[in-house]
Amino acid sequence: MSLLATKALTKSFGDNYAVNRVDFAVQQGEVLALIGSNGAGKTTLVNLVSGLLRADSGQIIFENNDVTQQKAYDRIKVGIARSFQLVNLFDHLSCVDNVALSIFSREGKTQTLTALASRDRAVWDEAHELLRQFGLDRHSTMLAGSISHGERKLLDVAVAYALRPKLLFLDEPTSGVSTREKAPIMDIVSSIVRSGGITVVIIEHDMDIVFRYSERIVVMHQGTVLADGTPDQIRANDAVTTTLIGTHPTGEPAFGSSGNA
Amino acid sequence: MSTATTAVSAARIPWRTLAWLVPVALLLLAAPYLVDEFQIITLTYGLIAAIGALGFNLLLGYTGLLSFGHSAFFGGGAYAVAFMVKYLKIASMELFLAGSILANAIVSLLFGFVCVRYTRIFFGILTLCLSQVLWSLAFKFFWVTGGTDGLRVPTPTLLGSVAGGDKMQFLSHQYYYYVLGVFAICVFLMWVIVHSPFGKALQAIRDNETRAEFIGIRIRRYRLIAFVISGVFTGIAGALWAPLNGLASPDVLIWTFSGEIVFMTVLGGFRTFVGPIVGAIAFTYLKTYAVGFTTYWQLLLGVVLVVLVLLLPTGIMGAVERLTARLRGTR
Repeated sequence: MSLLATKALTKSFGDNYAVNRVDFAVQQGEVLALIGSNGAGKTTLVNLVSGLLRADSGQIIFENNDVTQQKAYDRIKVGIARSFQLVNLFDHLSCVDNVALSIFSREGKTQTLTALASRDRAVWDEAHELLRQFGLDRHSTMLAGSISHGERKLLDVAVAYALRPKLLFLDEPTSGVSTREKAPIMDIVSSIVRSGGITVVIIEHDMDIVFRYSERIVVMHQGTVLADGTPDQIRANDAVTTTLIGTHPTGEPAFGSSGNA
Repeated sequence: MSTATTAVSAARIPWRTLAWLVPVALLLLAAPYLVDEFQIITLTYGLIAAIGALGFNLLLGYTGLLSFGHSAFFGGGAYAVAFMVKYLKIASMELFLAGSILANAIVSLLFGFVCVRYTRIFFGILTLCLSQVLWSLAFKFFWVTGGTDGLRVPTPTLLGSVAGGDKMQFLSHQYYYYVLGVFAICVFLMWVIVHSPFGKALQAIRDNETRAEFIGIRIRRYRLIAFVISGVFTGIAGALWAPLNGLASPDVLIWTFSGEIVFMTVLGGFRTFVGPIVGAIAFTYLKTYAVGFTTYWQLLLGVVLVVLVLLLPTGIMGAVERLTARLRGTR
């Protein structure tokens, strides 16, 4: 049984089908990569599943429940969380506040008006522990808007992870980060999500990262699923290689035999 | 480096806070024995405005919504009192407060239901429009509301005791302490609210609506709750204002009065908790003296506003914070 399955999911913007009758499934416990060139529909698919966008047609089934009509906050309650490609944080709050808010929300405590947030030790202990895991503990009292881009990307993931979701979408967790910083970020993220035992879908452009950190790869092209398989299968897939050639920043074939995966 | 970090540390009530809180409280308590009646009555107006601005700032400073219609709630509170006097023959201040809280809860729930669907300028304009509806009702239905004459509000009973003797004496002593008490309760309640998990959620909504939704916060509902709390607080201010002023008139329902509430909050600094309080009291004195000093008092206030925006964009408290930070840095 799949944790998540979409059935003939469709979303168009004008005449352009960003996601066209996509059947996409995520199995419990796997780390899946969603790849494709710009405009392939990856982020739209995540936006549909997470509830940022409404589907034109089709279904989204999560743990055997149809969540297609549910609002974003209801989907979060059932266990679907996401990070954002463009960093999306509470910039005027401290880093630890950013993470603590997720915890307060998860525990249903944000509806409390009559108790001081600062008195809830359990929440703050957990928030500090999470920051420590993400290597951000020394920034805990700094405003989220004032730390470096790479750290903001990590904090963005931490805020989503703090919700303890069953399924976590990471929308380009290393975008805009220098090549040197990418691997450390992915090492932190992947070790945390694996130890937390949560199912992860990573959207990524960087093929090195895709091959190194995922167990299964789904390739999207022009709103449809082009291929689905293990890294080896994808590497050997001619259709994929042909479609994605030229999208790699170096202009080389996206993943030739020299891949260091 | 201000709001958030200070908000977090302030929640622990550091000694530094007590160091200024205690003297200020003592001064406020001793004030009627230190200065004349006129000053005390001006201060009472200031404290009342502070309650209103505090309510207003829950929306502006903490939720990121600029309301241009808070006169509706201030006036709503004042008229609720006047109606209770006129139609129910009530004279108890406690019942006035309860009645205005109830009335404003209903009005702000109705207004909020419409307004919180929008943000930024759309929210501001909607609140302005709705408040003008209330103003025009008060203005046109003169047989109910007294029209431009307003409705008289006599001296109320405080905690069951009937006021006797000189009205000025009553207002500058018993009534002042009563207002001070309500003010203290309101400040305490608002302080707890903005430092509660709910208050944190509001700040999250202010900073980033989309992300707030994606950590599971129901944005509209939270905004609506904040809107109602804000309206009720400002309504309490209106209810306290009516007996002090002796009259509930459309002046406090019209949109320019909403502008005054915005002005005082910006003057004090909407990024800090005490900013609106300081701003409201400063504004009340400024206006009182400007009106006494010149017939062109609006011109004077206009100049102050321009100077404020250019030189003190973070308001009085923002400037004070920067100053103390700099002093601490040089030490």
